[in-house]
Amino acid sequence: MLNIKDLQVKLQEEDKQILKGLTLDVEAGSVHAIMGPNGSGKSTLSYVLSGKDGYEVTGGSATMDGTDLLGLEPEERAAAGLFLAFQYPVEIPGVGNMTFLRTAVNAQRKARGEDELSAADFLKEVRREAKELKIDADMLKRPVNVGFSGGEKKRNEILQMAMLKPKMCILDETDSGLDVDAMKLVAEGVNALRDGKRSFLVITHYQRLLDHIKPDVVHIMAAGRIIKTGGPDLALEVEKNGYGDILAEVV
Amino acid sequence: MGAPDRRQALTEALLDTLEMPTSGCTEVARQAALARVRAMGLAQRRDEYWKYTRPDTFLSADVPPAALFDNEEGLLFDAFDRLKIVFVDGVFDADASDDLALEGVRIDRLEDICCTDIHWANEIYGVLETRGQTPVARPFAALNTAYARDGVAIHVTGRPSKPISLIYIHKSEASDVILHNVVRVEPGAEVTLLENGPAGARLNKCAEIDIADGGTLHHVRAQGRDPERRAITSMFVRLGEKSTFKSFTMTVNGVLTRNECVIELTGDNAVAHVAGACVGDGAGDRDFHHDDTVFITHDALNCESRQVFKKVLRNGATGVFQGKILVKDGAQKTDGYQLSQALMLDDDSQFLAKPELEIYADDVICSHGSTTGAIDEDALFYLRSRGVPEGPATDLLTLAFLAEAVDEIEDKALAGDIVSRLENWLTRRN
Repeated sequence: MLNIKDLQVKLQEEDKQILKGLTLDVEAGSVHAIMGPNGSGKSTLSYVLSGKDGYEVTGGSATMDGTDLLGLEPEERAAAGLFLAFQYPVEIPGVGNMTFLRTAVNAQRKARGEDELSAADFLKEVRREAKELKIDADMLKRPVNVGFSGGEKKRNEILQMAMLKPKMCILDETDSGLDVDAMKLVAEGVNALRDGKRSFLVITHYQRLLDHIKPDVVHIMAAGRIIKTGGPDLALEVEKNGYGDILAEVV
Repeated sequence: MGAPDRRQALTEALLDTLEMPTSGCTEVARQAALARVRAMGLAQRRDEYWKYTRPDTFLSADVPPAALFDNEEGLLFDAFDRLKIVFVDGVFDADASDDLALEGVRIDRLEDICCTDIHWANEIYGVLETRGQTPVARPFAALNTAYARDGVAIHVTGRPSKPISLIYIHKSEASDVILHNVVRVEPGAEVTLLENGPAGARLNKCAEIDIADGGTLHHVRAQGRDPERRAITSMFVRLGEKSTFKSFTMTVNGVLTRNECVIELTGDNAVAHVAGACVGDGAGDRDFHHDDTVFITHDALNCESRQVFKKVLRNGATGVFQGKILVKDGAQKTDGYQLSQALMLDDDSQFLAKPELEIYADDVICSHGSTTGAIDEDALFYLRSRGVPEGPATDLLTLAFLAEAVDEIEDKALAGDIVSRLENWLTRRN
C-alpha cells in the first residue's frame, strides 16, 4: 500500500535535515504504529506524505499503490486515497462543518470521475457516521473546529475519515490532548474503519492508544529514521523502559 | 493662485456646468445647499478625509465613460416579491416601475414633493445632510442636495408587506447621475429597502433617512458591477429611541466607489449596524478603488453601533476604510464596535485603514479592529488535504472571510442571493 524508501527531507527555510533515510512499508489492511521521542521527525513524515509546503525532499521516494505521492498536489493525494488526521486540526471560522464535509466528499468524487453525492444521501450518511462518534447536530452546523474541545476536534477528524473513506490513513498523535473516554471513542471510530483492506499508520508517543487500536507492526523512530521494528510487544517495552534502552542498543 | 483660490476656482468651474432643477418648495433647501458648497468648496486631495481617494473625476465637467457590463447573470433580487422603483440613468421610469401604492408606505417622486410645501420630506431634505457636515465636510452630499435630478421620498407609516426595491439601470455610457432619496420611518413602523444597480457612468447619490422612535429599517444594497463605473454615495441616518437601522452593502468591482455613512443615534436604546462586503480586481488597465467612510455619533444612552467591513482585493486593487465612533459627553452605556478587514489575494493590492474613536463618556464599551492579511495557509492546506483543490479551497476561505459582514443581513434569503453573486465573482475571476 504505502512504500517509503530512503526518504530524506529537510526544512526549506532552515536548511535542517529532519528525515535521514526513512524506509517503511505498510501492507494493505494492516495497522502500523510509529513511536518515538520528541523531535524524531514523526510529524514531518506525516506532513511530507500529505504534501504540506515548507519541506524539501532531498532524496528517496514515497509511493502509494505504485503512484509517486511526492509529485502530487495535496488534493490529488487525498483523491488517491491518502488521509491525514491532524495532530492539531485547523479552525476555519466562517465555513460550516457540514459545508466543509460535503465540499470535500464531492471534490474527491469529482477527481475520481464519480457523480457527486446527492444532498439527501450525504445527509443520511453524515448523520449515521456522526452518531457513531457521538457528534451532535450542533457540532455539524458550527464552523469547522471553531470552539471545539480537544476531544471534539479529534472526533471530527475521524468523522472526516469515515466520510472520505481513504485507503491509507495516517493518524498524527491523535491521542494527544484526549482523556481516556475520548481516546476510546476515537479508537472505536478507527477500529470501525478497519476492513481488511484499509491501512493505517498510527503515530503516537504513548503505548496506551495502541491498547485500543491494536497494531500489527510497531516501529521506533529516532533522528529521522526507523531504528527498530517489531510486533505489538515493542510498544509495551517502550512503555516499560522508555526509549533509552532502544536508542542505546542502536548506537 | 493660493490653495483656497484654487479650490474655489474648481468649485465654481463645476457649478457653472450644472443646472439646478426648477423646483417649488425644495428650492430653499437647494439654494442653502449651494451656499454650503460654495462655503466649503469641493473636495481636494489635501483634505484629511480625501487623502486616500482622489476626488478629481467627480470635479470634472466631463464624465469618464463607463462601458455597459454584459449582465448575463440577471439582476439581483429578481426572485423576490418587492415593489420595484426603476431609474434609468438616474431618471425615474414609470413604465418599468410598479404601481407605487402599497399599504403602510407612501412613495412620492422628488419633483412631486417640491410642489407641496407641507410635505413631511421638507423637514428632512437637506436637513440631515446639513447636520452631517460637522465636524467633517461632505461637499459632494451638499452638491447633491442642490442639484439632485431625481429621487423618491418614502414615508413608512406601517409594515409594508414587501420590500421597497430601488433599481438603478445604467444605459448610457457617459451618464452623469445625481439621485437623492428621503426616507422617514414613523414610530413602530418597519420596512426593508433594497437598492441595486450601477445607476450610471458617474453617480452621486445621497440618502437622508430619519427613523422615529421604535422604527426599523433594513437596508440591503448592491452596487452594480460595471467595472468602469464611479460612485460617491452618502447616507445620513438619524435614529430615535429604540429604533433600529441595519444596512449592508455589497460592492463588486467599479473603478471608484466612495460610500459615506453618517449615523446619529439621538434616542436612547437605539441600534445601528452598518456592514459592507466588497470584492475588487484591478487587473489590466482597469482600476479598482473602494472607500468606506463611516462616522457614527452616539448622543443618547445605551445605544449600540456596529461596523463590519470586509474587503477582498487582488491585482492591484485598493481598499480604504475611514471609520469613526464619536461618543458624546453623557452617552453612557454606549456599546460601539468597529471591524475593518482586508483579505489580499496577492501582493499587489493595498488596504488603507484609519479607525478612529473619540469618547467623552466614561461608562462605555468601544472596540475596534483592523487587519490586513492573506489567505490562511494552514486552513488552505487543511482543505486541500481533504481533497478540495487550491482554487475552490481559496474561494471557500474567501467567502468565509466575507461571511461576518454578510451575516449582518437578517433576511437569510436575501443574504443567499448576495452570497451567490460573490461566488460568481470568485468563479469568474473578474
